Amino acid sequence: MSDHAHSTVGLAHHFDDLEQQKESGTLGMWAFLITEVLFFGGLFGAYAVYRSSYPDAFMRASAQLDVNLGGINTIVLIVSSLTMALAVYAAQKGSKGGIIAGLVGTWVFGAAFLVVKYFEYKHKWEHHLIPGPNFLFPDAHGVGQHGTPEQLYFALYFAMTGMHAFHMIIGLVILVWMMKKARRGDFTVHNYALVENFGLYWHFVDIVWIFLFPLLYLIGAHSGTPGAPH
Amino acid sequence: MSSTHTVPLKIYFGVFIALCVLTGVTVWTAKHDYGALNTPVALAIAGLKASLVILFFMHVKYSSKLTQLFAFAGFFWLVLLLVFTLQDFMTRGMLPTYVFKH
Repeated sequence: MSDHAHSTVGLAHHFDDLEQQKESGTLGMWAFLITEVLFFGGLFGAYAVYRSSYPDAFMRASAQLDVNLGGINTIVLIVSSLTMALAVYAAQKGSKGGIIAGLVGTWVFGAAFLVVKYFEYKHKWEHHLIPGPNFLFPDAHGVGQHGTPEQLYFALYFAMTGMHAFHMIIGLVILVWMMKKARRGDFTVHNYALVENFGLYWHFVDIVWIFLFPLLYLIGAHSGTPGAPH
Repeated sequence: MSSTHTVPLKIYFGVFIALCVLTGVTVWTAKHDYGALNTPVALAIAGLKASLVILFFMHVKYSSKLTQLFAFAGFFWLVLLLVFTLQDFMTRGMLPTYVFKH
């Protein structure tokens, strides 16, 4: 079998061949992603229940968010998904420089997303929109009121976007580790499962945001209520 | 080997442009009032975007049948979770409440 030796580099002993090894890895990653789908699904379920209970409060609360910042972040995340897809493409072609460029691009746009998110959170902190004893929501006359149902919206807003941001922070850490491995030349055309499976994770995080953006930022957009009363 | 299928670059860039356009479409539709259809329209656009990401960026279109089944099962279970939760919450108060007399 010496003539096939080149195609067994990186093959673990419990797999028949690299094809089977890769297939198992992809399947395992999807099994993990299913648990992630259901984890975020619980948050979306809570959102659906409370929004159906307080539809008007959710629209008023949503109008406090900045649609432009949310929209920019949506595009930023789509770009980072594209660069991640290009990193996988480069790995399939065996282009070391291409992998590194794709990973760096993904990291930069992922970090840009979190920077925008930081300023959004900061704005909510300054406007008393953090659920708790200091929560104040402006009534029809612009006077801040305690304990309004809008607080539920913001509890879900921070739980959902916070969990999403937490997934991105983990992703950025893994990206740095992968950049080091790529520079060392660890990825070859026969052994790039890590790049591909991380790509699946990163695209999944993008999908979560694709649903968060309309459900959190846009539900009050038709009501004519301009953004936060600054 | 199907698992090493390389997706052409023009598909990646095509999907990217479609995702950007659909982001603009979802912002545009959100500024109009379609009444009870506001949320279904937003979810339909988001679902279309998610499908593009799953099929092309996540290679599910080119994956094995088993991987496709796993991907489908995950989102199918999510639909079960949401539908069975909402069929309770959205139908509360629709039936008359009976008062038992002793």
